[in-house]
Order: sequence, then structure tokens, then C-alpha cells
Amino acid sequence: MKCSEFLNELTNYLDGALDARTKSELDDHLAWCHNCYVVCDTTRKTIEIYRNSELYELPDDLRARLHTAIMTKCSGQKKSGPAGS
Amino acid sequence: MVPALQGTWGTPPPTRGNISRIIGPNNTPKKSATKYNSISTMGRVVGKICIKLRMSTIQPNIEQPVSEEMQLVRRAKRGDDQAFEELVRRYDRNVFRIAQHITQNREDAEDVVQEAFLKAYSNLEKFQEQSKFYTWLVRIAVNEALMKLRRRKPERTVSLDEEVKTEDDSLPREVADWSPNPEQMYNQAQLRDILTRTIQGLPAGFRTVFVLRDVEGLSTEETAQALELSIPAVKSRLLRARLQLRERLNRFFQKRASGDGDQ
Repeated sequence: MKCSEFLNELTNYLDGALDARTKSELDDHLAWCHNCYVVCDTTRKTIEIYRNSELYELPDDLRARLHTAIMTKCSGQKKSGPAGS
Repeated sequence: MVPALQGTWGTPPPTRGNISRIIGPNNTPKKSATKYNSISTMGRVVGKICIKLRMSTIQPNIEQPVSEEMQLVRRAKRGDDQAFEELVRRYDRNVFRIAQHITQNREDAEDVVQEAFLKAYSNLEKFQEQSKFYTWLVRIAVNEALMKLRRRKPERTVSLDEEVKTEDDSLPREVADWSPNPEQMYNQAQLRDILTRTIQGLPAGFRTVFVLRDVEGLSTEETAQALELSIPAVKSRLLRARLQLRERLNRFFQKRASGDGDQ
């Protein structure tokens, strides 16, 4: 297996979306190709670091304000009849 | 010395999806129930069974016959605002995150959250329950967010369909390990700043796929549904988004690891 072929399958490999045979071929490649091993490992870390990052969390006060605004508008819309339909 | 963070690899927060979350291969809709079209002759009870069968065969991503989410949707359709409120509570954080990732602007993200839920409320009758409500809601929110982005950046075409370079834009150039882990090298504020700046540099089409799939934990199929893209298109963009982010983060994390400093 070439490195380019490994890269093409990287997303499926990381997502566990490969059949056993293809996964085994990729595992074999990783066992001897240090560069692909590092790319695979750091790509996995990239995903994990973003997933754990808590970027753009919704603060409680803003959440409460949005919540009230949404339900007030929905209620107003109900009274004035359905829109957009 | 920069204090180490408490978080470790492999401990995703409970509200997010898992990296290995995959929909099984047996999700192809079947046509077995569609031949029952003479309901009037079969009686009302049989008709109901047929409808149930039909619904179950055209909803590939719903694992249970009627999920808790769908029960809330049906109650909301019948005019129960408390049920809709519960749906808002369930998904407002997710919609806010998605909106801010796309628009990169907090005020716009606030507007998107309101507009997306209001639009969902107004069009609830049109939701045909062929996907999860959340996937449908995300689709509305993404469209609203892209509209905001277009208004802010009228000089650029902003579309999920925009062609992005396919040749060398994602190929790894730097292959150095990250050691120690980035979370041990930077404090939380520094790391957040690096991650924000890095993901903002991605084209909107890539950023959106990455956020839905990897940050929000939607499956490939759900991401494709939400963005109205094909599954191969989602996979292709996801691969390139992941590799581009990795390459860009490498500049920060490799530098520190090799002792060059972080300035």
C-alpha cells in the first residue's frame, strides 16, 4: 500500500468505517511507515482537541435570554397565525 | 511554565458524539411496504399498520420506531408549546456552536439561533419525519448562518458547493509528532485562541462539514442530509478539513515540541 492510498482511507480508518481486510492492510502500513503513523496520530488528536475544546459554549445568561426571545416570538406567531406556509 | 490542563485525550464530553460513531451498512430504504396503496379496502387498522411500515422503511437513521425526540415533535405539531420548548432546550447549545463556527460572529450566531428555531416552529407541519428533527433543524440553522455570512462578506461567494482546491491543499507537509500533548503545552485560553484562529482559516464548506461531523458528532449520513450533500462529498471534504487543520495546528504544536518557543 502506498502512502497516498493510506491517506485516501484515513477518514474511514479513523471513523472505524472499514471492512476487516482493508483495516488490516492499513494497520500493516502503519506498522512500518512512520510518517503515516504520525499523520494518523496527529489527525486523531486534531479531532479530539476540537471535540474537547468547548469553543463557543453558550453562556447561561445568554441562553436564558435567547430562550425567552424564541418562545415569545413563537407564541406571538401562533396568535397572528402561521407564517411561511 | 505553562500549567497543564486537566483534560486528557479520549475523554469526549457526554453531549458530543463519539469519533467512531458509524451507521451500519443496512440502511438502504426498502420498498416492501409501498405496494399497499388500497387502504380503503383493507380497513383502517391495516392501513395504519401499512403507514407505520412505510415510515419505518424510509427513516434510515432512526434506531427506534418512535424516538423521544419524535414524540416531542408530534406533541409540538399538535400545538403543545411546552414540547417545542423542550426541543429548544435540547438543541440550543448545539445550534449556537454551529452558527458561531460558520458565521464567526457572536451577534450573528445569536440571530441564527432565534431565526432557526422560529423557522422550525413555523414550518413544523412541513417536517415529514423522514430524518431526525435535529438533522432538519441543523439544515435550517446552516442555511441561516450561510445567509448571514454572505451578507457580511458580499465580496465572496459563500456556498457549501464552492469548489475548493483538490490538489495539494491537504497533503501533509510537516510530519512531526506532537509531544507532549498540546493540552499540556498551552493553557486553556491560549489553546482556545489557537483553535479558533485555525478553524476560522478553513473555507466555509470544509469548516461546516468538520464542525457537524467531528465537533457535533453527526454521522456521515446525517451530515450529508443536513447539508444536502452526497456522502462521498461529505467524506472528501471531511478528509481535507481534517488534514488541513492538522497541518495548520502542526505549526503551533510542532514548534513548541522542538523547543523553538511559542512567540
